[in-house]
Amino acid sequence: MEWSIFIPYLVVMAVVTYLIRMLPLAAIRGRVNSVFLQSFLYYVPYAVLGAMTFPAVLQSTGNWTTAAAGTVVALVLGWKNKGLLTVAAAACAAAYLVGLVVI
Amino acid sequence: MGRTSMKSDYIRGLRDGIPIALGYVSVAFAFGIQATGLGLDALQAVLISVLNVTSAGQLAGLQLMVAGVSLTEMALTQLTINLRYALMSLSLSQKLDKSMTLFHRLTISFCNTDEVFVVASQQRGKLGKAYLYGLTNGPFVGWVLGTLLGALAGGILPAALTNALGIAIYGMFIAIVLPPFRQSREVRAVVVVSVALSCMMTLFPLFSFISDGFRIIICAVAASALGAWLMPQHASEEPMDALVEEGVN
Repeated sequence: MEWSIFIPYLVVMAVVTYLIRMLPLAAIRGRVNSVFLQSFLYYVPYAVLGAMTFPAVLQSTGNWTTAAAGTVVALVLGWKNKGLLTVAAAACAAAYLVGLVVI
Repeated sequence: MGRTSMKSDYIRGLRDGIPIALGYVSVAFAFGIQATGLGLDALQAVLISVLNVTSAGQLAGLQLMVAGVSLTEMALTQLTINLRYALMSLSLSQKLDKSMTLFHRLTISFCNTDEVFVVASQQRGKLGKAYLYGLTNGPFVGWVLGTLLGALAGGILPAALTNALGIAIYGMFIAIVLPPFRQSREVRAVVVVSVALSCMMTLFPLFSFISDGFRIIICAVAASALGAWLMPQHASEEPMDALVEEGVN
């Protein structure tokens, strides 16, 4: 990618991400009192992860069948509370192995 | 606190960070491959990882910069996807001891990732700078190193393998969300609504004018607001404590 296009994107990403992490840690010492806001912030990560993962995961390997295989394996292992590394690696392995057969 | 104690705290943090660092190497490896696959060079991929240190935000950012969206859309997407860090930083700020002066708060917050936050939250008592630098150093190195390796190896590895690695980050997302999804009826409802909205907006041509970034924002805000309205979290004084007990990592 052209650096002249890349740099503004990089700066915006980095600054926004850092400010979100830094401001509460550096400035806010009190507690959020609004129950609605507390609840909203509590749900946000799960809602974001859900919307980011589906349906994008089914296109993540460039092939619906291999992606579906990887997704099923990730769902089963995730359901069994396996660690992040285990689930990610097993999903890749499943997509790769099924790819050897179907592609 | 004496020098010896500081050193042992640092090493204790470093040790706690090793599993996170290993996980990050593999996920960042996939990110590096995707970045170079989408037309970035290795240095650009590494710069993104050095300055952002976040999986979901970087992946979305990568897709958005390749799509050529406006800087406003990039900023709003990062804000929405990474908003959870504000809550984590807020919660972490309650656990810091006196050694965490403003300067150290400014540096530690840079590396406050989901996994680092969860491990830090589970420690007993207050947290000092030595432990937190130890805890964050390994994951940061793993994240940057994994990105570099992926960006360099992406062109060498066979396509079948790099395609399969494309699912790694999503596998990690699934592993993060499923344990609380199982345990909490409220989380389950919010995730189902968000996923349903996301699939609907992707599949129906009516919504095709909405970009991926705004789709995630709309789905997440709608599902979370609905959840907060219908199922407010009264039970816990500190929402993040409930989050930790539910095993988010």
